[in-house]
Amino acid sequence: MEIKNIEYKHCDLVAVSGRIDSATAPQFSENLNRINEKGRFKIVVDFTDVPFISSAGLRVLVNAQKNCKRFNRGEVVLANVPPNIKSALELAGFTLLFRIFDDTLTAVGNF
Amino acid sequence: MVFPGRYESLAEIADFVRAAARETGLDDFSIYAVETAVDEACSNIIEHAYQGEDNGVIECALTIKPDRLTIVLEDQGLPFNPKDIPDPKLSVPLEERDDHGLGLFFIRQMMDEVFFENTGPERGNRVTMIKYKEHLGKKHRHLRGHGNRVTMTKDKEKKVG
Repeated sequence: MEIKNIEYKHCDLVAVSGRIDSATAPQFSENLNRINEKGRFKIVVDFTDVPFISSAGLRVLVNAQKNCKRFNRGEVVLANVPPNIKSALELAGFTLLFRIFDDTLTAVGNF
Repeated sequence: MVFPGRYESLAEIADFVRAAARETGLDDFSIYAVETAVDEACSNIIEHAYQGEDNGVIECALTIKPDRLTIVLEDQGLPFNPKDIPDPKLSVPLEERDDHGLGLFFIRQMMDEVFFENTGPERGNRVTMIKYKEHLGKKHRHLRGHGNRVTMTKDKEKKVG
């Protein structure tokens, strides 16, 4: 799994390529933590190249969301989520916890 | 097929299972569902049955039938009782969401039938998961039989005298 980070004026774009599973979730978590450590809490996670995410990956997202939303300082939003993953997110009640945008441009623009 | 009990194996197991799901003729989301259930089950085996990576192997057997895909995963780890895992709380606010039970929940939601059993007195687990082809999903299961097997043996004639 590879992660590309782009820092915009108002938010960070995290473009992930590859599966997010128990093997790669720690790397994903570390990437999001590093953004928070810089004092940045507005994050767009781009799912364009993510074919699969397991509960390990979802856990990372939930923890990141908890951290970003604390003190109202920011938020994690999701962009370009493939239909299969969207269905899994709905099943797990994640669509209540994350705003989902159709494309990264709109997602970044929302901040 | 036997896979090393490490998270690195998950991608390879996924490829193996996805190919079988495609061959069974499952639809797109069903293939994803099967991949999810197997990933979650294998992750649980490594984390809980084996208490970490490189402590054992995962045996994966796939059976493709005209109407279903059956997946059996076996390990030699600590006995697992699904009744010990509470259901995850899925509609609570963010601060109340915890880390537990989502894997097992996905397994049960994504597959049509799931059976857990212990295979030994002290160690060993087997999980059997079945995914039916879409038009024969959960609500039509009562129409489907479980098949028959007839076994016939002929012993060699005993010599007398």
